[in-house]
Amino acid sequence: MKDFANLFTTLDQTTKTTAKTAALSAYFKQAAPEDRLWTIALLSGRRPKRTVTATRLAEWAAERASLPDWLFRASYDVVGDLAETIHLMVPPAAQSVDRSLSAWVAEIRALATAEEADKRSAILSAWDQLEGAERFVFNKLITGGFRVGVSQKLMTRALASATDIPEAELAHRLMGNWTPDTTTYESLILAPDPAADQSRPYPFCLAHGVDGDPDDLGPPEEWLAEWKWDGIRGQLILRGGTHHLWSRGEELITHRFPELARALDFLPDGTVLDGEILAWDPEKQVPQSFAALQKRIGRKTVPKKLLAEAPAVLRAYDLLEAEGVDVRARPFAERRAMLETLLADLPPEAPVHLSPVVPFTDWATLADVRAGARDAQAEGLMLKRRSSPYHVGRKKGDWWKWKLEPLTIDAVMIYAQAGHGRRANLYTDFTFAVAKDNELVPFTKAYSGLTDAEFRKITAWVRKNTLARFGPVRQVPPEQVFEIGFEGIQRSTRHKSGIALRFPRMLRWRQDKPVSEINTHADLLEMLETYG
Amino acid sequence: MVLEFKDEGIYCPSGDFYIDPWRPVERALITHGHADHARWGHRYYLATEAAGPVMRHRLGDIALDGIAFGEKRQIGDAIVTFHPAGHVPGSAQIRVEHRGEVWVVSGDYKTVADRLSEPFEPVRCHAFITECTFGLPVFDWEDDAILSAQLNTWWQTCRDNGQHAAIGAYSLGKAQRVMTMVDPSIGPILTHGAVENTNEVLRAQGVPLPASVRVTRDTDVKATPGALIIAPPSALAGSWLRKFGSVSTGIASGWMRLRGVRRRRAAERGFVISDHADWRGLNDAIRETGAERVFATHGYTATFKDWLTEQGYDAAVVETEYEGDALDAADTDADAPTEAETVT
Ligand SMILES: [Zn+2]
Ligand SMILES: [Zn+2]
Repeated sequence: MKDFANLFTTLDQTTKTTAKTAALSAYFKQAAPEDRLWTIALLSGRRPKRTVTATRLAEWAAERASLPDWLFRASYDVVGDLAETIHLMVPPAAQSVDRSLSAWVAEIRALATAEEADKRSAILSAWDQLEGAERFVFNKLITGGFRVGVSQKLMTRALASATDIPEAELAHRLMGNWTPDTTTYESLILAPDPAADQSRPYPFCLAHGVDGDPDDLGPPEEWLAEWKWDGIRGQLILRGGTHHLWSRGEELITHRFPELARALDFLPDGTVLDGEILAWDPEKQVPQSFAALQKRIGRKTVPKKLLAEAPAVLRAYDLLEAEGVDVRARPFAERRAMLETLLADLPPEAPVHLSPVVPFTDWATLADVRAGARDAQAEGLMLKRRSSPYHVGRKKGDWWKWKLEPLTIDAVMIYAQAGHGRRANLYTDFTFAVAKDNELVPFTKAYSGLTDAEFRKITAWVRKNTLARFGPVRQVPPEQVFEIGFEGIQRSTRHKSGIALRFPRMLRWRQDKPVSEINTHADLLEMLETYG
Repeated sequence: MVLEFKDEGIYCPSGDFYIDPWRPVERALITHGHADHARWGHRYYLATEAAGPVMRHRLGDIALDGIAFGEKRQIGDAIVTFHPAGHVPGSAQIRVEHRGEVWVVSGDYKTVADRLSEPFEPVRCHAFITECTFGLPVFDWEDDAILSAQLNTWWQTCRDNGQHAAIGAYSLGKAQRVMTMVDPSIGPILTHGAVENTNEVLRAQGVPLPASVRVTRDTDVKATPGALIIAPPSALAGSWLRKFGSVSTGIASGWMRLRGVRRRRAAERGFVISDHADWRGLNDAIRETGAERVFATHGYTATFKDWLTEQGYDAAVVETEYEGDALDAADTDADAPTEAETVT
C-alpha cells in the first residue's frame, strides 16, 4: 500500500488541481489493475463497509498507547477525526510489510465475520506493520471515512489522461451499480459491454446558482424556465422490461418508490428520464411539502398507509434516452419537445408527470413569477438554455438555478460544539434560541455559513465565555446574535420548539444586534402558519 | 504560598513582584519576549540579558534591568534566579524561593535542545507552574535531524521545479529556528521585514544565524530563483507573497501535527516544528522538577490537570491570559508584526 499512501500524501499536500491530476494519472499508469479498481472505487465513494466499531478501535488504540480511555477521547475531541487520532497516538510500526491496497482492503472486509478477539489481534498487528501515512490510510479505510480532496470529476479526468479514453465516456462507465466485486478494471474501464448493465444511469447534469441578475444571461428567448421542485432529483431508467431509479447521489432507490414500477405500463422500453421525485397530493393535484417526502426516505419498504398518504411521482423535465438511443447531445428544446410528446397522453394515474414550462417573455416578469414560487410548492426557478446539450456534471453557462431568497430569523447562540475535519478544534456547531416571554427556546442547530476567520473569532469568544461543559458541548451566555437562513419550516413533535427547519445555516453574525432584538417563538409559529 | 494568582498575573507577596503579568504593574519579571508574556505598561522590568534586546525592540523605551542565567537576586524576602527554558533565545524559567520553599514558573519551554536557544535546564522545586500548550498525547515531535531533512528536501524540490519555497514561522524564535535547521547551501534565504528585524536584534547580541536578505519593495525576485522565504504566517495568507510568482507554501508549527489545522491554514506543507514541549517533554520536565504541586497554564489545561492528578500530583488549573501559541489566536495577536514592521 506504500504507493497508494504516497499518492494520498501527494494529493493531501497540494491544493493545485493540475498537480493532483498528474499524481493520480501517474498512479493509474503504474498500479496493479486490482489496486486501480479499488482506487477508482474509493474515490467514487464506494468505500468498504465498517467491520470494526469505532468504540472498539478507540479502546484498542488507547490500550496500545498505554493511555486511559478518557484521555484518548479527550484527544479525539481535539483532533476531530478517529482515524487520525489513532494514527497519532499508537506507537510507530515496528515491522515493515509491503502489501497491496487491495490486499489490505480484503483483510479489512474479511473482519466482518471474525470473532472479536481475532479482530483485535488483526488490527493491532496491522498497526504494527504499517508505516507513516500507510497507517493513516488504513485507519481511514477501516473507520469507513476514507476521503481525500479529489472530486470524482478530477479522478475521471486523471483516468482519462492515463487511458486516453474521453472523459465524458469514462464518467458514464463509472456510473451505476458496480463494486470491485462485480467487475474488473478491464471490463469496467477498458472494454465495457454496453448491454452488461441495464441499470447504468447517465451522469447528472448539474446547475449553478444565478449570481446576480438573470439579465446577464442574454436574450430571454434563448432560455426555457421551469419550476425548481423541492424533492429528490431522480433518473428513471426503463430498459429490458424492468425499471431502475437512481438518486443524484448515485444511490439506487428503486424499491423505496414502488409506485414508479407502473411507468413500465405507460412508457416504451429504452426510455431514460431526468426529473424530481415528489410526494403528490392526488386530490389537489399539487406536490406535497418536502416533509411528506421525507417520511419515505430512509425506508427500505413502504407501509401501505404511507403509499396512500404520500404517493410518489416523478415530475420529468428531461429525456436522456429515447428508443434505446442516447439523445443527450441534442439541443434541450428538442429533447423537451420529445419529452412532451412522450408524456402527452398519459392518464392521471401514471406515476410520471411532465414538469411544466413556465412561460415568460422578459426577465422582469419572470422575477415576479419566481416571487410566487412558494405558492407553487417550488423553491425557485430553473433556467435552461434551449440550445444546450445534457452536460456531464456541473458545467457553468447552460443550466442555472434561481432560488428564492431563504427565510430568515434572528436568534441567539446558547451552545457551541467543535467541528470536525478541517474545522476540528474550532467551535463551529451552534445551537440557537428565540425568545419566549422571559425564556429562551432552542429551535435549531447550524454549522455552516461563516468564514474561517469568523469561526476563529467566535471560537476565542467561546473559550473565554464558557458557562458549563457537557462533554464536547459548551454552554455560553446568550449574547451573540446570528441571522439564520433556511429553506422551509415544518411542525415537529420531537423538538421543544414544536418546529423543525430545512437547511438551516448562518447567514450573518449580527454583532450589531443586541439580544433584546432577536425574533420570538411567536414569529416562528407565524412562519409555520404561512410556509409550513 | 510563595506565589499567588491574581487578576494582574502571577504574584509573589514576599517580593512584591509579578511574573509575566497581563495587566500593568509596578515590578514585572519576564520569562521571554513573546507578546503574551512581555506586555507593555509595567514600571520596572527584569529579564535575562539575552531576552532584553528583543524586549526593547518590541516594547520600546522600558525600564529594563538584566540578569544572567543562574545569578541570584534578592527581591524583598524572596530569592530569584532565572534558568534556561529552551523556548527562544534568552527565554527563562523563573525560580522563586521564600523561607526554603521553592516555586518555579516555567514560562514557555521546550525540553529538547536545538541550535538556537540555551538548552532547557530542569529545576528542582516544590511547586511548578507549567505551560501545557501541547498537553495531549497526540503531540509528539520528531527529532530535529528528521525535520531538517524534511525542510531541505522540500526546499530543494521547489528549487528544482523553479518555485520559491515560502514558510510561515513566527518572527521571534520559530523563524530563526528554521534558519538554523536548513542547509543554506541550497539557495538564498529571504525574510519578511518582521523576521529580519528580529534577526538583526539577535545577530547584534551574538546569536549565530545564517545570512538572510530582507524583502523590500525593490527586491528583484528574478535574481533569487529557488529562494527560501521566511515570513510570519499571517503574511503568507495576504498579498505579500504574490510578487514571488510560483510558490510552494509551508507552515512551521506544532499545530501542523493536526491534519485538519493544516488544511484550514491552506498551506501545502505542514512542518511539525514547535518551540514548546511535546507531551513527552511536558511529562519528563514535570517529573524532573520533583514537584508535588503542579499548576497548568495555557493549553489543554483541564485535561492535562486530570492526567497529572491521575499520576499522583496535586494538580490545578490556573486561568491566565497567556495565549501566545494558542491555536488560531497566535496568527492574529501574539506574534503579529507591529505597524512599523509590516512595511517592506
Ligand atoms: Zn512564548
Ligand atoms: Zn506562552
